[in-house]
Formats: sequence, C-alpha cells, structure tokens
Amino acid sequence: MGVIRRHGQFVIRVNPILCDGFGHCAELAPEIIHLDEWGYPVIEPEPIPLADVGALTSARYAERGCPRQALFIERVHEPGAR
Amino acid sequence: MIPPRSLPRLFAGASERPNSLQQHHEIFGGSTRVDNPFDELQSSGLLGRGGAGFPTAKKVELLRSQRGHHKFVVVNAMEGEPAAHKDFRLLSTNPHLVLEGAEVLARLIGADRIAVCVARDNPTLVNHVERAIHERARQNSRGPAIDLHTPPWRYIAGEESALVNWLDGKESLPQFRRHKPSILHIGRGAALVDNAETCANVALITRYGAAWYRTLGTSGHPGSTVVSVTGAVVRPTVLEVNVGTTLRSILETARADTSPQAVLLGGYGGLWVGPDLLDTPYANDVLGERGLSVGAGIVVALPRAACGLVESHRVVRWMAHESARQCGPCAFGLPAIAEDLTQVIRGGRDGQAARTRLEQRCSSIEGRGACRHPDGVIRFLRSALSVFHTDLESHLAGAPCAGARSRQRYLAVPNLEKEEELVWE
Ligand SMILES: Cc1cc2nc3c(=O)[nH]c(=O)nc-3n(C[C@H](O)[C@H](O)[C@H](O)COP(=O)(O)O)c2cc1C
Ligand code: SF4
Ligand code: SF4
Repeated sequence: MGVIRRHGQFVIRVNPILCDGFGHCAELAPEIIHLDEWGYPVIEPEPIPLADVGALTSARYAERGCPRQALFIERVHEPGAR
Repeated sequence: MIPPRSLPRLFAGASERPNSLQQHHEIFGGSTRVDNPFDELQSSGLLGRGGAGFPTAKKVELLRSQRGHHKFVVVNAMEGEPAAHKDFRLLSTNPHLVLEGAEVLARLIGADRIAVCVARDNPTLVNHVERAIHERARQNSRGPAIDLHTPPWRYIAGEESALVNWLDGKESLPQFRRHKPSILHIGRGAALVDNAETCANVALITRYGAAWYRTLGTSGHPGSTVVSVTGAVVRPTVLEVNVGTTLRSILETARADTSPQAVLLGGYGGLWVGPDLLDTPYANDVLGERGLSVGAGIVVALPRAACGLVESHRVVRWMAHESARQCGPCAFGLPAIAEDLTQVIRGGRDGQAARTRLEQRCSSIEGRGACRHPDGVIRFLRSALSVFHTDLESHLAGAPCAGARSRQRYLAVPNLEKEEELVWE
C-alpha cells in the first residue's frame, strides 16, 4: 500500500488538421517532440512507460500548452495487461 | 440468371445504353434472393473495391452493431483517380445492380437513406444515375430513400471521411480519426461508405449466393473485378476480369503493349511493377505477398519509349497539388518532394543532393497526415525510384533517356492551372 504502480505506457499523438505548427510543443516536451523543417511536430513513436514521470510531465505540459489543443496523450496497454 | 464460373457478371447485358430496371430484371432474373444475406456476404469473402480491399462483411458488421435509426449507406462513385473509369462504366451499364446492392446493404445495417455520390464534373454519369434513381422510385416506393449527391471532383473528394463531410454539409475535406477503424457520421447517423463496384458485387451475392460467387476469383479475393487499362493501349479500356488472372492476360485482352517497361498497379497511390511480375495473378492475396495490391483496379502500361521518372514526376506534382492542405506535413511536404524530384530529373550535383533529401523527406512525412493521401504519394514515388533505378542513375549523370526528351506523355494527369502554386515557401 502507498506505492502507486503505474502500469502501462503512453504515446503522445497529434491531430495534424488542428496543428498549425506553432511549435510550442517541442519546447515543452523536447525529449519527445522535435519539429520538422516546416515547423510541424515529429513525435517519438515508441511508447514511453507511464512510470517515467519526467517524460509524462513534459507530455502533459505539451498537451496543455498547445494553442490549438491538437495534442493528446494516449495510454497504450501492453498485450495481456490491463 | 448468370451461370457460375462465367464472365461477364457485373457487365452482363452491356449495350450502348444503361440497362433499365426492366432489362435489369430480365438479365439477372426475377428476384431469386438468398435466405440469409448477411451469412452469404460473410462467406462470399467479398473485398471492397474502392482501393483498400477491406472485407465488406466486417464493415457491415461494425455498422450493424451501431444503435440509432437514421443510418446511411454511401455509394462512392467519385472515381478520384484520373486513370480510372470503372465506376463510370459500371453505372453506365448496370446502374440498377449498384443501386440494388446499396439497398441490400441498407437493409443489412438498418439504414433508411442511401446517398449515391458522383462527381458533378461528369454530367453523363450524373444523368444516368439520376434516371435510374427515378425509375426505382416509381416502381418501388417502399425501401430506403435514394438521393444523388454531386460533390466537385478532386482526388481526395472520394476519400470516405471527405465524402461524409460533404454529405454533412461541410467542405469535402478528410477528417482526423483518432481510432481506426472508426465509424463516420452524417449528422447523428452512422454511415457505411462503399465503392460502387462493391455494391454491385453485394447485389450479385444476394441474388445467387456465396458458393456461386466464389466460382470466380481466388480463395482470398473471390469474384470478378473491373479493371481500367490505360497508358500504352489502342484506346483506354475497362474490363471485367476473373480475379487471379495474370496481369499479362489483362494487357492482352485490353490490347495493350504486352512487353511494357513497367506497369502501374492500383492507381496514383499504388505501385510501379517491373515486367518480371507480368505473370503474377491479379489478386490481393497473391499480390499482397509482394506488398502490392489491385487497389482501385487501375493498370497503366508504360511503353519502353517513355521515361518512367518524368511520368512519375507529373503524377507526384499533381498529387501534391491535390493535397487538401489541412496538415502541415502533407501541405508542405508533398510540394517539397515534387520539387526534389524535379531536381533529381535535371541531374547534376544538385540532383544528387536532392535525391538524398527526397528520401529523408519521404521518411519524415510518412504517416503524418490525417488521411492516407501523403502515404500513397510516397509509396508511389518510392516504387518509381526503385523500378526506374537505372534511369535514375542516368538522369543524375546528366544523360536522360530519349523518352524524357520526347514530348509524348502516357499517364493521364489533369492540367495544373497555376503552376506556381506548387512551390510553397
Ligand atoms: C486519398 C484517397 C482518395 C480516395 N478516393 C476514392 C474514390 O475516388 N472512390 C472510391 O470508391 N474510394 C476512394 N477512396 C477509398 C475510400 O476512402 C474508401 O476506402 C472506399 O470508398 C471504401 O469502399 P470499399 O470498402 O467498398 O472499398 C480513397 C481513399 C483515399 C485515401
Ligand atoms: S503546439 Fe500544437 S499547434 Fe503548435 S506545433 Fe505543437 S501540436 Fe502543433
Ligand atoms: S493528409 Fe493531406 S490530403 Fe489528407 S487531410 Fe491532411 S492535408 Fe488533406
């Protein structure tokens, strides 16, 4: 008890129609998002463990800081786990 | 009644004029219907004919499980591919087969409306479909209402979410779908989008049953299918073929060049294949092992005299122009790779640099659009670079082939009105 086990992983995804390439996300979550040559986000495709609190915090900053609300965090369930 | 194992099926009773409802019943027989259409559809193994080749029964099942009354069946006859004429020919021959299939689908999912979508730029087709719908409305007032919709023609207007947007009173631009497969909605009604040829196949299956249907085709891709053959042909031809026949026999029947330099399979989001694959069966289960598919039933024969790179460049430029420009990677990326290809074709040191950049840009753009339009362009472009790799080297070395210098062109590409629009900065 008292220990929060964070099972599973997450990815951050972008709705490319909403995204206007302001680039805030790459500043807020530089370890997960970088910008392409036109200023649109390229997101780390590999799922990140939810236990990686640093990455999750950055992802949340990016999600909230996106002026177009184009980003969303999606939980990825490992096969077999819930 | 159409005998098993025989062709034509979809084009049975073809003449100069579209077959009337009465002729339709004479050709296909009164109304011998199977007892359980959904089971028959499932065991028929029908694959969608709009390009993706997804099992139709699975889509129907997904829509059946949806609640709500005002569901839609959307018949997709937009025919966005410039080299395709199959839905046009099908609806100009047996329009009632397509409409009958749509009615069956409507009953299966519990839809009360059918929307037939035809590009307004093809007035002949609009006319044929309009007449067939009126004829049906006069003769059976029961059943779902059938309406004709005519969005303006564009490559992406036929993408299912763009089509649904249009029917919902919005612009015909694709939607972002968070999960796939997702259910598209018109207002609050769930919509089943199927290609016109898919609907016609559904009608055949519910008339004659799955066992009859499977007497043509392969086990993984049953039935017959309609192919549009263009390029090195006497005249552009639309054929109904047995799925699983070879590419070579398709070219022969269409009186096309049977020793082409390469063949484009699927459409402008499809792939070039070399002449070594001419004896491969034309069926998704076999082609799929090589990463190929029949796509939207397009076969373009490229003659030896043509330059595959120059032809591909024309396609890529036009496809870049056809981006809906909603997504950055597609709106900026596609014109950029088109420009890279221009430089590769010009050759020289800039050409070498452009080639490297082109490959990097393709990897960067891939999978980052809301729809699969950019992925199709990249697939097409990569296959061009690999199938025409010897030409690529000669272009880079500054010695393009005669085909590049000639003025003759073989692929159908609409004119770009404003060329300068392509360069975005
Ligand atoms: C860019 C793009 C353009 C498309 N254009 C067409 C089209 O013109 N006609 C069509 O039937 N399907 C088109 N499709 C496929 C449709 O989205 C959809 O998959 C199809 O209508 C489903 O029908 P089916 O299951 O009967 O194959 C297009 C897809 C994409 C990604
Ligand atoms: S912050 Fe939002 S709008 Fe800006 S580039 Fe990132 S995802 Fe796009
Ligand atoms: S990927 Fe391209 S064509 Fe598809 S929705 Fe985005 S901008 Fe439009």
